Amino acid sequence: MALSSVATEARSVTKIYGSGANQVKAIDDVSFSVRRGEFVALVGPSGSGKTTMLAMLAGLLEPSSGSVLIEDEDMLKMGEGRRAAFRRRRIGFTFQANNLVSYLTALENVELMLRLTDQHDQANRQRAQNLLAMLGLEDRMHALPRELSGGQQQRVAIARSLINNPAVVLADEPTASLDTERAFQVVETMAHLVHEQGRAGIMVTHDLRMVDYTDRIIHLLDGRLERIVTPDDDLTCLADPAACQLITEDALSSGGSEVAEAVS
Amino acid sequence: MSTAFYLALKETWRNKSRFLLFSLVIALITLLILFIAALGEGLGAGNREYLENLNAELVVYQDTAQLSIASSRIGCQTRDALRAVNGVEDVGAVGFSSVSIPEADAGEDLDISLIGVEPGKPGEPPAVAGQGLERRSANEALIDRMVAEVSGLQVGDRFNIRSPQGGEEEFYLLKVVGVTESQMYGIRPSVFVPIVKWDEVRPQAAPSGGAEDPACNVAAIKLRNPAEIDVMRQRLAAQVRNIEAVDRQTAYENTPGYSAQQQTLNTQNGFALLIGLLVIGGFFQIQTLQKVPQIGMLKAIGTPNTIIALSSLIQIVVINVIGIFIGGLVTYGLSLVFPPGIPLVFESSAILRALGSILVIGPLGGLVSIRLSLRVEPLIALGLGG
Repeated sequence: MALSSVATEARSVTKIYGSGANQVKAIDDVSFSVRRGEFVALVGPSGSGKTTMLAMLAGLLEPSSGSVLIEDEDMLKMGEGRRAAFRRRRIGFTFQANNLVSYLTALENVELMLRLTDQHDQANRQRAQNLLAMLGLEDRMHALPRELSGGQQQRVAIARSLINNPAVVLADEPTASLDTERAFQVVETMAHLVHEQGRAGIMVTHDLRMVDYTDRIIHLLDGRLERIVTPDDDLTCLADPAACQLITEDALSSGGSEVAEAVS
Repeated sequence: MSTAFYLALKETWRNKSRFLLFSLVIALITLLILFIAALGEGLGAGNREYLENLNAELVVYQDTAQLSIASSRIGCQTRDALRAVNGVEDVGAVGFSSVSIPEADAGEDLDISLIGVEPGKPGEPPAVAGQGLERRSANEALIDRMVAEVSGLQVGDRFNIRSPQGGEEEFYLLKVVGVTESQMYGIRPSVFVPIVKWDEVRPQAAPSGGAEDPACNVAAIKLRNPAEIDVMRQRLAAQVRNIEAVDRQTAYENTPGYSAQQQTLNTQNGFALLIGLLVIGGFFQIQTLQKVPQIGMLKAIGTPNTIIALSSLIQIVVINVIGIFIGGLVTYGLSLVFPPGIPLVFESSAILRALGSILVIGPLGGLVSIRLSLRVEPLIALGLGG
């Protein structure tokens, strides 16, 4: 794997909340990398540290030790202002809920990213419209979030996360509030755009049905990297971690040597 | 900056019913504050107009009166002594009392300040219609424009005043020779009569018939050089016994109840502003609390704090300005329909001060909500922190 193809990388990341007797290790020495054009699922049961890991990948949370790189840049070495600027230019976000600005239409929500990065010109506005149309929202561009279904809102959020051509697209449980059919549609769309546009996509999910659209699955358990597998592997381990002790060899070769280091 | 404007105006426009409703609340606060300001100005003017507009630089009291006009007596000899002081241009005797004009105000008695002055001397206000007073003892009167408006009296008309003399009420017939303006005293419109006539008709324990050179309450001193007020005050005090000379402002600030009244109105004004501050602060605080998840999301996607803070500030200012505009318009409309007897004066500097203070309390009240929005953690968008 060429270095330049790595979009984001976690290196021996540990996150400890609290201090003294109240210390909780939310993430314990986790390492992995995600390449451009790769869509990865971050899975694990509640409390396994998925969202904490995502927050550190986004530069919203500082690791207690280790580092997170986006396009070889360590956001923690940046000041707060530069980090926010880096986030709006190089990271796309989709959240579980409250994804959109309630008083902006679908198109205005997407265009907001262009305004925040001083790219709000005619050509980019057209690109925002095209992106929404590609996501099947050509008739809903001027609708306010409250006039959109949950699935439509998530698709608008996906469009917003991609409009600035980010290096990494992060999604936190994007299907949590959707019915199964819409959930599959949203993940499929996200996977398609990540692959087509060559972004690195990382999706936190607890719904193992959604991992079919991903290239790799990073399994966290109690803050540790339990295993990295592909959707073609036997996923029984994800549903019942105690039954599996070994990391899938395929995943190791795909995920890089850090994984072996992390779990050895 | 433009994105902050964009977010602020979009949110305001897309939630216009809610924000208009709040603008109306600000309009009501504006109305209240403007009316308190107008009342303060009106009552203040009603107390001080005559002394403020006096055609003299100094007002001389009896030294033991402690600047109380009602307690002060300045006799003829004292006035002569004042006239003799170098630098004094002229001296006028001024006497104050309260009487009424029967059935002058839509069938009701009109209470007036009856002010005795020496014709042609300091203390007599200029006539804007008709002419000034001519003779020291004539039954002539110079009436304030407000008396003319309320009673319908015109130059040449005759009218009675009612004045208690001993245990009896006496009526005295006066002729309007002129109309003056802006001469309220004691929150009553004024009627000026020659000092000898005043001494005859003023309320007293027993009818006096009027002295040829009566004692008055104060003397109005016109100086040769109006810039020498302080020097002349000292010179008068040094050369004339038993007097205290003050400038016009000190004189009206010491009229009965003036300072207490202004302090009361200032306190009311302060409380109205405080209530406005709390109401505006509370509204935007609730508004921000409702938006915490959205603010967290905006920060998570990289929106700078400056845009979030500026957007809140712009929104507060816009809603405040709309509220002030509506409140100002309503106040103006109401001011047009108020009858002249009500002491409301919409004086531009007082109104601008009031409007300025409301403009300031908006952002000030909103500071707490802006601080709150700045403290929202972007992690909240991921369900962490907060």
